[in-house]
Amino acid sequence: MTGLNIGILAVQGDVAENIMATKMSLEELGINGTVNEIKTPEQIADLDGLIIPGGESTVIGTLSLVNGSLKKIKERIANGMPVFGICAGLILLSKKAKDRVIGEMDQPLLDFLDIKIERNAFGRQRDSFESEIPMEKIGIPKFHGVFIRAPSIIEAGKDVEILSKFNEKIIAVKQGNIIGTSFHPELTGDLSLHKYFVNLVQKKN
Amino acid sequence: MIPLSGDLGDTKGIVKEKIGSFNTQRGTSTLKRGFAHMLKNGVVMDVTTVEQAQIAEDAGAVAVMVLDKLPADVRKAGGVARTASIRIIQEIMDSVTIPVMAKCRIGHVYEAMVLQEANVDMIDESEVLTPADETHHIWKWDFTTPFVNGARNLGEALRRIEEGAAMIRTKGEPGTGNVAEAVIHIKNVNNELRRIKSIYEAGDEQDLISVARELKVSYSVVEETASLGRLPVVNFAAGGISTPVDAAYLMTLGCDGIFVGSGVFKSEDAKERAQAIVLATTFWEDPDKVKEAQKMIDERQSMLGLDTKDLELRMQERGSTA
Repeated sequence: MTGLNIGILAVQGDVAENIMATKMSLEELGINGTVNEIKTPEQIADLDGLIIPGGESTVIGTLSLVNGSLKKIKERIANGMPVFGICAGLILLSKKAKDRVIGEMDQPLLDFLDIKIERNAFGRQRDSFESEIPMEKIGIPKFHGVFIRAPSIIEAGKDVEILSKFNEKIIAVKQGNIIGTSFHPELTGDLSLHKYFVNLVQKKN
Repeated sequence: MIPLSGDLGDTKGIVKEKIGSFNTQRGTSTLKRGFAHMLKNGVVMDVTTVEQAQIAEDAGAVAVMVLDKLPADVRKAGGVARTASIRIIQEIMDSVTIPVMAKCRIGHVYEAMVLQEANVDMIDESEVLTPADETHHIWKWDFTTPFVNGARNLGEALRRIEEGAAMIRTKGEPGTGNVAEAVIHIKNVNNELRRIKSIYEAGDEQDLISVARELKVSYSVVEETASLGRLPVVNFAAGGISTPVDAAYLMTLGCDGIFVGSGVFKSEDAKERAQAIVLATTFWEDPDKVKEAQKMIDERQSMLGLDTKDLELRMQERGSTA
């Protein structure tokens, strides 16, 4: 074992920022490992942990379906591989999604997190916002949340742990080795969530 | 963490308010530039109707850009080209889940304000429309909605960023179906970036100051860009992209994504072509997959295209000296 192999799904979206944040997290934690962009089912087969980044969930979902990555990711998550879904990634991990304006969506989803998502829950880009949010449940008293056309979680099953809320809206969850946030930790300088995920991957291996 | 080079900090476009028990800020550079980061490795498609917007979304477009006429038709029609009908923009916003952008005229502050009120996700201050003010671009720091601007070289790009642009698209020659100008301009930008990076690495401050004077931008934005070795905002290629291989080629030149204007909806096989261009943009590193994408289209159904040497109207030159 030469260290952890963490992948960032690099179909579309803000991949580079997640690579940087994960590399810095490994370094600061003193954990040996590599972080790579991954696109193909073969690359996914070798991973110890996966981050599905922000982007457009319809695009990432459709294109991952085309080359067989979606199926492989499903298989790996079912076997316990830790995964971190951010914004579009959170949507992809969910069982059900609807859009605030358009209504029920028929888009490819991974169907793991027992939650129902509302896409664009806070409005369009002009309503995108930054705010300090609490994440005490995983030992992060304050986190700088960057919400960009962000989704929220409108229903959560009994196995889903709610990590944070913005007023009445659920914005971060955990279910087993899966974590999901509707905001973008990779756009800030705060590594605490990426470190939390790296530790989760470390524990599993 | 994303680069915030050139950010002015507390500007008019930033809105601070308390929502419930939370203090929030909207319209910051992190949010505006961050929005553009979410589009990376994607294709933004020009559309004029709800039907086209839905075809674009189904094909995997990362956003749509609403125009009154496609650039090729603007070129044909002549006259003054203005922003699209608000009613059509709103119908499109109500029918797709992906971001909706719209174009305003260069320097037309109020056209942009109306687009912001209409709640579009990004405003393109675009040379495809007839400029309202050739000497002053919009001061984009006054807006909460992010802007994308065109640029033919590094100086234009950095000037637009200093005015508050959250994203750049290297200009081609719109509505021609000819990718040649887009290729020239992305190479221009890359060459100039390489040049300032080497000056920076040599530690030659004096030379870097003369670059800032030459480009008519502040020293700090030149210095930060030089240290990054790339533009501090997301940069897409645009202008004349008509086929999957056009898109893939521009991705190899270091673009973060692609704008397709007339190329899709002025072709005879728009649906297949839209999908094929998305596939080629996503999998540009794999020539076999790009070949499969190219197979989805028929060259006999591509838009005819124009030789850019014969053009009477060169849209790319609009507003470029300011």
